[in-house]
Amino acid sequence: MSLRSAADPHYQRPLTRLIDRAAGPLDLPGFEAENGYSSLKKSVREYTPQQIQAIVKDANLRGRGGAGFPAGVKWSLVPMGPDAGEKYLVCNADEMEPGTFKDRLLMEQAPHQLIEAMILVGYAIQATRGYIFLRGEYIVAADRLNKALAEARAAGYVGKNVLGSEWSFELFVHTGAGRYICGEETALINSLEGRRANPRAKPPFPQIAGLWGRPTVVNNVETLMNVPHIVLNGADWFKGLSQGKSKDAGTKMYGCSGRANKTGTWELPIGTTARELLEVHAGGMRDGKKLKAWLPGGASTDFLLPEHLDLAMDFDTIAKAGSRMGTGLIAVVAEDQSMVSAVRNLEEFFARESCGWCTPCRDGLPWSVKILRAFEAGQGQAEDLDVLAKLTKWLGPGKTFCAHAPGAMEPLQSALKYFRHEFEAGLAKPAKAA
Amino acid sequence: MTETIVKLADLVKPAAVAAPFVLSDEERHEIEHELSHYPDSRAASIEALKIVQKHRGWVSDEAIPVIAAAINISAADLEGVATFYNLIFRRPVGRHVIKVCDSISCHLTGYEELRDGLIEHLGVRLGGTTPDNRFTLLPICCLGACDRGATLMIDDDLHGPVEPAQIKALLEAYP
Repeated sequence: MSLRSAADPHYQRPLTRLIDRAAGPLDLPGFEAENGYSSLKKSVREYTPQQIQAIVKDANLRGRGGAGFPAGVKWSLVPMGPDAGEKYLVCNADEMEPGTFKDRLLMEQAPHQLIEAMILVGYAIQATRGYIFLRGEYIVAADRLNKALAEARAAGYVGKNVLGSEWSFELFVHTGAGRYICGEETALINSLEGRRANPRAKPPFPQIAGLWGRPTVVNNVETLMNVPHIVLNGADWFKGLSQGKSKDAGTKMYGCSGRANKTGTWELPIGTTARELLEVHAGGMRDGKKLKAWLPGGASTDFLLPEHLDLAMDFDTIAKAGSRMGTGLIAVVAEDQSMVSAVRNLEEFFARESCGWCTPCRDGLPWSVKILRAFEAGQGQAEDLDVLAKLTKWLGPGKTFCAHAPGAMEPLQSALKYFRHEFEAGLAKPAKAA
Repeated sequence: MTETIVKLADLVKPAAVAAPFVLSDEERHEIEHELSHYPDSRAASIEALKIVQKHRGWVSDEAIPVIAAAINISAADLEGVATFYNLIFRRPVGRHVIKVCDSISCHLTGYEELRDGLIEHLGVRLGGTTPDNRFTLLPICCLGACDRGATLMIDDDLHGPVEPAQIKALLEAYP
């Protein structure tokens, strides 16, 4: 079914309404015919930047990159006024959180939606330049974004005196060269400056001193794409999109991967339950297997159990259950799959992707991998279960520059909590008496 | 007992003089275009490395000081960048680079079987290049196509889901 032809008059799926995978993305005239760039025009002609910030703050748009920080609050820290000088807006399109595949769809199928959002948010914080930091492997997205950007530039939406206003804005697509850590916003800034992607200490926060030492806002693709719709339809409309399923506002790009029948990504009211994602949209587990555990939103979130499936997938509800919604795309583990093996895979990933900047992360993660490999091979030592538990503290929040190692500990600590018996089954058998 | 005479001149003479690395006009032009995107030339370092790699397949040690000069940063700084990012190749690679996703969603949907199938079919380990120089096999972080696991990329093309039994036919499209 084409979502585009089935355009919802109630506009309940603003981000994906115009997506038709078979037909491909709309070009500029096609996008404009569907109200595209009308939000930008309205913003520049009718609203002050501060008014747009207020609308988005009121709409309670929370960051869709995983942390859930309110976008309007983030922007409010940016110095404004005629003396504020060079300021930058950066789109975090470095989608590399394992299990996450929503921004790829949005950028490949609705590139103009991101270009409009970048310009509009650029206006709201009075940025002088914008960069879309796109991961190097997203070849199709880079091609389509560059094409859309060229169309937008030719139409006067980007460049000097945007839409005849006093405000000028340059926009570029910057492609990366790998490394998961680039998704961390200060590491991303270092990478964009052409440096190794080591995170920076905070404070100062990027809104005060970011890219090239100037005030910088970094927002995720999905977060940004919501903004033109919020400005056009209002904060109350955006709050209504959750249909009372959550205190949070808007829709969310949810998804499901792993051994489910119909894996994919879907835009749904925020607060939709994980059960609905798995059983309705993903058609349940493959081969009639039972669900054993699930990651709510990426590799750096704590595992949850089947008993948690009826929780609303929103930031606060999943946090109360001891995990994080993260990116909101669940990964499911079937009953016959090993948790030790899954955690070993996750920690190998984090160990490889550590930037090496601080010791707990650089040395602690390979240590956890070594232990997990031993348990997987049936060579685990009892005292190493305690070491793993200690590592979840030593690599936890507050011990490192950034959230990489603490994130890595989330699946480990939850697997130890819920599936200790699987680890114990990997203990080395005592040697037989001679 | 034979006496070995060591001459100082032999010790300081370079073992072999490699042809000096020169950027092609096309590479130089593309790097200059990237420089126009940033207020600070250092920011073009990753793009400059990618441009050279696009034309030559990889980035040699000899290329580093020349690229660094083109973007006006030190060779040491550029070396630091070039060794950090996994999509910059510092050794020659085959005509086609296979990047097989080893992250959690693909782990749950058959990565290990796919990896083992590729290793068996190609006769090289992860990081290796086939003797005929046709394929290099590399592991890669989540490709953002988790609904299609297990996935891999060959050059710029994404494939998934890929079963080990499909490997032979799939690779035939990459001569």
